[in-house]
Amino acid sequence: MQAKKRYLALLSAAASLVLLFCLGGVQVPATSSSRGGGGGGGPGRRRHPAAERPWPRFSDPLPSFAPPESHSDAAAEEEAEERGAHSSPRLKRDVNSSVYRARRCRMESCFDFSACERNGFKVYVYPQQKGDKISESYANILSAIEGSRFYTSDPGQACLLVLGLDTLDRDQLSPQYVHNLKGKVQGQPLWNGGRNHLIFNLYSGTWPDYTEDLGFDIGLAMLAKASVGAENFRPGFDVSIPLFSKEHPRAGGERGSLRSNTIPPFRKYVLVFKGKRYLTGIGSDTRNALYHVHNAEDVVLLTTCKHGKDWQKHKDARCDRDNAEYDKYDYREMLHNSTFCLVPRGRRLGSFRFLEALQAACVPVMLSNGWELPFSEVINWNTAAVIGDERLLLQIPSTVRSIHQDKILALRQQTQFLWEAYFSSVEKIVLTTLEIIQDRVFQHTSRSSLMWNSHPGGLFAMPQYSVYLGDFPFYYAQLGVKPYPKFTAVIHAVTPLVSQSQPILKLLTAVAKSHHCAQIIILWNCDKPLPAKHRWPATSVPVIVIEGENKVMSSRFQPYETITTDAVLSLDEDTVLSTTEVDFAFTVWQSFPERIVGYPARSHFWDSNKERWGYTSKWTNDYSMVLTGAAIYHRYYHYLYTNYLPASLKNMVDQLANCEDILMNFLVSAVTKLPPIKVTQKKQYKETMMGQSSRASRWADPDHFAQRQTCMNKFASWFGTMPLVHSQMRLDPVLFKDQVSILRKKYRDIERL
Amino acid sequence: MCASVKYGSRGPALIPRMKTKHRVYYIALFSVVLLGLIATGAFQFWPHSIESAAEWSVDRRSVHDAPLVRLPANSPIPERGDLSCRMHTCFNVYSCGYNPKNRIKVYIYPLQRYVDELGTPISSTGLSREYNELLSAISDSDFYTDDVSRACLLVPSIDVLNQNSLRVRETAQALAMLPRWDRGTNHLLFNMLPGGPPDYNTALDVPRDKALLAGGGFSTWTYRQGYDVSIPVYSPLSAEVDLPERPPGPRRYFILSSQTALHREYRGELERLKEENGEAVLLLDKCSNLSQGAVSSRKRCYKSQVFDYPQILQESSFCVVLRGARLGQAILSDVLQAGCVPVILADSYILPFSEVLDWKRASVVIPEDKLPEIYTILKGIPHRQVEEMQRQARWFWDAYFRSMKAIGLTTLQIINDRIYPYAARSYEQWNNPPVVQWSSVNSPLFLPLIPPRSPGFTAVVLTYDRVESLFRVITEISKVPSLAKLLVVWNNQNKSPPEGESRSSSKFKCPECTAIDGLSLDQTHMVERSECINKFASVFGTMPLKVVEHRADPVLYKDDFPEKLKSFPNIGSL
Repeated sequence: MQAKKRYLALLSAAASLVLLFCLGGVQVPATSSSRGGGGGGGPGRRRHPAAERPWPRFSDPLPSFAPPESHSDAAAEEEAEERGAHSSPRLKRDVNSSVYRARRCRMESCFDFSACERNGFKVYVYPQQKGDKISESYANILSAIEGSRFYTSDPGQACLLVLGLDTLDRDQLSPQYVHNLKGKVQGQPLWNGGRNHLIFNLYSGTWPDYTEDLGFDIGLAMLAKASVGAENFRPGFDVSIPLFSKEHPRAGGERGSLRSNTIPPFRKYVLVFKGKRYLTGIGSDTRNALYHVHNAEDVVLLTTCKHGKDWQKHKDARCDRDNAEYDKYDYREMLHNSTFCLVPRGRRLGSFRFLEALQAACVPVMLSNGWELPFSEVINWNTAAVIGDERLLLQIPSTVRSIHQDKILALRQQTQFLWEAYFSSVEKIVLTTLEIIQDRVFQHTSRSSLMWNSHPGGLFAMPQYSVYLGDFPFYYAQLGVKPYPKFTAVIHAVTPLVSQSQPILKLLTAVAKSHHCAQIIILWNCDKPLPAKHRWPATSVPVIVIEGENKVMSSRFQPYETITTDAVLSLDEDTVLSTTEVDFAFTVWQSFPERIVGYPARSHFWDSNKERWGYTSKWTNDYSMVLTGAAIYHRYYHYLYTNYLPASLKNMVDQLANCEDILMNFLVSAVTKLPPIKVTQKKQYKETMMGQSSRASRWADPDHFAQRQTCMNKFASWFGTMPLVHSQMRLDPVLFKDQVSILRKKYRDIERL
Repeated sequence: MCASVKYGSRGPALIPRMKTKHRVYYIALFSVVLLGLIATGAFQFWPHSIESAAEWSVDRRSVHDAPLVRLPANSPIPERGDLSCRMHTCFNVYSCGYNPKNRIKVYIYPLQRYVDELGTPISSTGLSREYNELLSAISDSDFYTDDVSRACLLVPSIDVLNQNSLRVRETAQALAMLPRWDRGTNHLLFNMLPGGPPDYNTALDVPRDKALLAGGGFSTWTYRQGYDVSIPVYSPLSAEVDLPERPPGPRRYFILSSQTALHREYRGELERLKEENGEAVLLLDKCSNLSQGAVSSRKRCYKSQVFDYPQILQESSFCVVLRGARLGQAILSDVLQAGCVPVILADSYILPFSEVLDWKRASVVIPEDKLPEIYTILKGIPHRQVEEMQRQARWFWDAYFRSMKAIGLTTLQIINDRIYPYAARSYEQWNNPPVVQWSSVNSPLFLPLIPPRSPGFTAVVLTYDRVESLFRVITEISKVPSLAKLLVVWNNQNKSPPEGESRSSSKFKCPECTAIDGLSLDQTHMVERSECINKFASVFGTMPLKVVEHRADPVLYKDDFPEKLKSFPNIGSL
């Protein structure tokens, strides 16, 4: 009995347990699955089981938002068509251009494209009237335009017109302010309501509210303006430019201050700022609150009340304390020793601090709500700056501290790239402005965002050359593609073909034997007529003879359409090269497609006695140029040489019949910021080069050398800086002159004398 | 239940004096009652979730169950959209807060059916399939929150995708009645077909105050840059038709126009283009002679020839996308899906997601009045670029156009990137298709810099126990002028490193380290290293190492030149 009961009890207990488990146990997995099921697409992730679930799954058939019969606007269109009410697209465009004017201007409605299509993108600058004083900055802007390849002196040819009147400073209290600009502008015969005009402005409005009013009606003109607010900015029509001081150099400009990357990329300070706090007038709301974030250790945000004459009158309770703290720190020291630099708005949205921080490789932290950042149409500022929100000032320290060091490293390098590509000189700022407008005018040949935002930048990457990024030497790595594995040899012939033992024929045969050679172009720059076809040796690759245009030096760098390969092997007619050397140079070039890879190297130096650049052909431990008498480079540089460089430099080269190789080296180094690459040369090269070859006269000529020195100084002054970079490295074949059997070496001919 | 079981087992100890049989009986009875109670309680208090759990899997809900809201005729209407709105003026950033994930929280209002005073619904379609998909996608995403007080962005469940099916005034009233409307601050509306006849505005006509608009078909005059989001017009064909990806390459036709409701002027110009260029241009229209049964939206005709749409799009290199009454065209999505390069002729159109997508790599944008010249313009594009664009077009569709989910989440990501710009997705992440992301090389040190010698370098020497050779290395290295620091990593747990800072190697003797040549001659060593290489390559998924045939030497290396004039004279004698 007892046992029976015990069993009964046990049984019933077990039964209830099972029952409970059935009810509760099913329960537990069900809820847990609905809680945890995130990625699996479970219907919900409930945190509070009582709350309404996110978005129900509806079982009933729902209609499409655009039923097929009226899909897109087809039906509507037809209907309108039938009623005849639908206006023609052409009419619509006309309506747009009459409705959207002045503050609602866009390229479509306010710009006349026809002049640009007829004559290309040409810019006309009004002549300066007597009695009109223009500021130094504006003079720099105008001379940058006049020195550019866009300039035309014929207003009939012009696509874009720039006033000769100084519109930079429109602050009435400023000494630079031009009075009665309205009347003067309206009086211009070509003004035409401002159509196709570009107006530059740095300062607008005045104390106390600093509006963005220019004080005259710009009509249909485009505005290239600093510190422009998003409210007034006409996207795709205006251009936002940086605020620059009158000391900003016209050309060249200082390089970015970053010399080497440090890893980890942290500097002494995390975030710094040093500037005025305005006691009257607008612009200080954010600056007034900075002291909350200042910690006198790694976040140093300093303000001073001292500005103007009567600041004492307005001073507030914090002024004395702030001023004392302010004087403890040196601005430049902080700028160069901080990871981030705060750029809060001042009187106007932009400040000089922005460019200063950019150059100092101090990542700008923008606190200027509504500022349309400089060249925002093309520059992706997120890659070079931290765009903060003035409303979230107190979060800024934790925000910048949360940025990962990899990101800091990238931001910092990008500041340097952008500074050198677009901001370091007035010329670059002006050219960038013009290129942006040109991109809008010829929309289908315009730069992609990648071209603007990666090295070497939009000014050196010209979309007119090709819209395919893989045709440029700069983007192979980013696109994951490789340059075309063959080259075109271009031989520059200047002497008539008289004997079959001339070096040019030997060269031709040697180059043609290279299995990387696609074709050989002989550029006939000799006054004698072309030799008969049969006099050229038979080769396995096609030989094309082109007669040089005007037989001038620059024609060797013409972007001939017959050059279809990415690589160009440029050769003088008296160059002596073996097939192995050519092959090796080409394999090296494939690793460095953006640089000049070649044999004869030269160097430059600063001659401090004469205060000028010197040129040397002596064998030294370093070099900065590789002569194009035997060098491989990307064919894009032909295009750049012909289209980027000004006529003045090219004419100089043509007249001297000299220096074209130096100019090419200047150009490539200016683009890449890197030295060329010298590869192993056979000893004999130099001897022939200096020896009794046909060009001996040219090299022996003492003038020749002096000319090259002059050239170099002329080029450096146009570039505004010395772009050449020294290198101490030569690339030799692996195993070169190593103590191993010559049979194991691939490029063994290079070692043989 | 745990407690009751424990109680049962402990029972004998707790009630010792009771007779065993009674004791067991009572205990058993008690536990049965207790368990029964618990079970009933469980059943009583949890039935809701049990039921809904069952329902969640099957999910039977109807839109008709949604609560009905009657709009009073005089209920307020929001102001028209404010054209000057920008994130810093109209958007309340405080509600997004600072969060370590840098992700915004999005709340979706529960579905309600709005009717006016007479009981007529404010929309002829109510919730559309597409908007439902969009909202489900958002609610399944990491952006979603069900807590309205934590939400940064609020999405009304009122469907405004197609303005034609809306009653504009009443819809606006319904928006204004949303509990957290607050003049539309932080509200996001999705609209794909804006405007109505005859002049078709390019943005939604529903007054919406400060609300953000994700719109298809913005023009440069209605788009508030950095505030609105331009989205594509979803093409229902995306879900219906499965077009396998075609590798980029030349196609049968050069230019294809397949839009059906083109304006006379455009059609005339296209026909002229066709006359000039013959076979290369294919000009399709809708079919007039099809039998009733066939789906007209899936067929296109040229004269009597019938083509399958959208399959025919894959046969052309370029596909014309002309504006209609509206700027945004659903055909853009079909064209991208087919990997055909869109030739977009719609002046002032803001391309979908143009804030982040680089359309120059996937399309050709040509002003409308240049339509007669498109053949010449397109012929000027290098064929490799055409292939690149074909691939890019398909990738854009795959990533951003293919479903309402893709469109919705891309929109949210764009807004997210604005609110946390320092954590925004990069250009490469947005624009590089996976194949490029794998093959491209983006060096973390991308700036061309030639660092000065001054900071010098740090030498790191890894050593196990060969002290003598270590000291030799140290002695040699320390002669180098640009050496800034020397770091020795002692990689031997059994021995402690030699003491002292002295650099003289004679002080220390190491009897075991006579055989220093060792490692590289050892056969197993090489085998191990090959295995390493294979292992690493398989983890990387590709072989990242590149083979080159050159070596860097000093300029005058082994040249016949006075050694004393060389910067690195001894380098050859190693």
